[in-house]
Amino acid sequence: MRLLTGNDLKTGAVIWWTGRDWSVHVEDAADAGEHGEAILAAEEGARRVNGGYMIDAVDTAQGPRPAHIKDRIRARGPTVRLDLNLKPADPAAGDWVI
Amino acid sequence: MYKYDQYDQAMVDARVEDFRDQVRRRIAGDMNDDQFKPLRLKNGLYLQLHAYMLRVAIPYGTLDSRQLRKLAEIARKYDRGYGHFTTRQNLQYHWIKLEDAPDILAELATVEMHAIQTSGESIRNISADQYAGAAADEICDPRPWAELLRQATSFHPEFSYLPRKFKICVIAAPADRAALRWHDCALRIVRNEAGEEGFEVYAGGGMGRTPFIAYKIRDFCPAAQIFSYIQAILRVWNLHARRDNIHKQRMKILVHDLGEEEFRRQVEEVFQHFLTLETDFPQAEYDRIAAYFTPPPFETGLPDDIDRSDPEFALWVDHQVVAHKAPGYAIANISLKPIGGIGGDATAEQMEVVADLAERYSFDEVRVTHAQNLVLPHVRKQDLYAVWQALHEAGLADANLDLVTDVIACPGLDYCTLANARSIPVAQKIQRRFAEMERQLDLGELKIKISGCINACGHHHAGHIGILGVDRKGTENYQLLLGGSGAEDTTQAKITGPGFDEDGVVDAVERAIERYRELRDPGERFIDTYRRVGLDAFKEAIYG
Repeated sequence: MRLLTGNDLKTGAVIWWTGRDWSVHVEDAADAGEHGEAILAAEEGARRVNGGYMIDAVDTAQGPRPAHIKDRIRARGPTVRLDLNLKPADPAAGDWVI
Repeated sequence: MYKYDQYDQAMVDARVEDFRDQVRRRIAGDMNDDQFKPLRLKNGLYLQLHAYMLRVAIPYGTLDSRQLRKLAEIARKYDRGYGHFTTRQNLQYHWIKLEDAPDILAELATVEMHAIQTSGESIRNISADQYAGAAADEICDPRPWAELLRQATSFHPEFSYLPRKFKICVIAAPADRAALRWHDCALRIVRNEAGEEGFEVYAGGGMGRTPFIAYKIRDFCPAAQIFSYIQAILRVWNLHARRDNIHKQRMKILVHDLGEEEFRRQVEEVFQHFLTLETDFPQAEYDRIAAYFTPPPFETGLPDDIDRSDPEFALWVDHQVVAHKAPGYAIANISLKPIGGIGGDATAEQMEVVADLAERYSFDEVRVTHAQNLVLPHVRKQDLYAVWQALHEAGLADANLDLVTDVIACPGLDYCTLANARSIPVAQKIQRRFAEMERQLDLGELKIKISGCINACGHHHAGHIGILGVDRKGTENYQLLLGGSGAEDTTQAKITGPGFDEDGVVDAVERAIERYRELRDPGERFIDTYRRVGLDAFKEAIYG
């Protein structure tokens, strides 16, 4: 599957395209299919996302998992500061990223 | 230390308001990202993995307690309670919101700080010896020159659109504690036979994907002519740089392409032209700036003895405290490398502890080192125990300066959008592997430096042991390098061979270190043994 991601213009937070809007949770991300570039152009024009790009991901039972480690780190937070992650209490967070 | 005059303050305040308006226009949609990006970079604001990152300039690594408290306050108010001290003596915040950035810059301006020229194709923060003004081996304090150059090059029109970034370093001691020759332009203050102060000038150094050690371009440039000489260097580069190729734009590439002799010839020719323009600093201006760096009122008649009855304190003294130029005083290094911690990170609370100690015990001065540690430069020896106790309570009393656990590591893939691999977890694993103090002491000085990509912010080219993270088909992989140095015996590390995974590179580091233990002669450091026996002797141990 193909996901759209970028950073929130005002806060810089990592965000994912849900099919209708943006979410900070990668679990909410939807397959953008062939329409990614057009969505990005519209969303960047509307200033809802900054530095957007498309990535490959695998659809798992727990939700989409980005194919590249860089985007998995973006999705959860730094591996060396789990307390700053979106899910700091998740004991499986490290395994999911690495 | 230097204090802003009305012109400095007016310029910085005006810049804050300029940026506030630029941010407003970006958020309102009056500018797109292509238009806004160069403007935010000129104010040190990057977009990184998790948020915006703000890089704050700490000129020549010198802070006072008021400034450090402000950095702590910003960390707490706008970031996530900590900051990261970098290999260029700056501080980075990794969780900044764009909409907060103008307010942060305004707060920095209240304590005479900014983020100008911490990014982009400009003359970056001018670095210096962290022991400046305190070192027993320096011939003078290099910071007045660093400050003069900072003022002369800030907002200078010819240097506002350089081909690429340009890094200057100034030291004034035979010992190099600032990685001098890894800079584009490196200045060492020396005295000639007549006793006059001037500069040894080095040019063309730099790390990154194409590392070069700067070569000496001039044995002695009179102090009164140094700005002409630096302008000449920049003019030659500006005229001939490869602006067509981002990977060829740094000055080191031009110096290498032209060759040492031709580059020197062109610089000397342009230098003669600049001398006729009389753009150098008048003596009165040097004197005005130097007055800000007058040595603090050191007491005389202080005892030189240190009560070493507490063994933990004695260990800290042995490794963190170095000689000061004034009798009865010492330079106290503060480790930001706790075992298993994140090198260079300091919490807001830790910053405040250090600020309090600086105010109370170090004539209100703190220094930042390129090795991502802090320094209290002027501590009475009789106060060292009290300083150590406070540091101990704050988790800042590790005694590992220049030892195997004093690892330099860039933020790497945990934070940086340029990185290919994580640096910090590798540093942490190495620290844990060698955590036992007896083992660290047995190994002695051993500098490990880790970068998460070829941009080399972790100085891997200059590590006795260097590690470079690369992306191998989507997986983190680490190349091992040996034999680098950022000290006065500067050398460039060499790659040992095929790379390793994260655990594999830690094992490889241990095998290299065990090989050193087998081969070393009495008193030899790792780097000495490496230079004596060569790379092949280590490759056997690393790869079998």
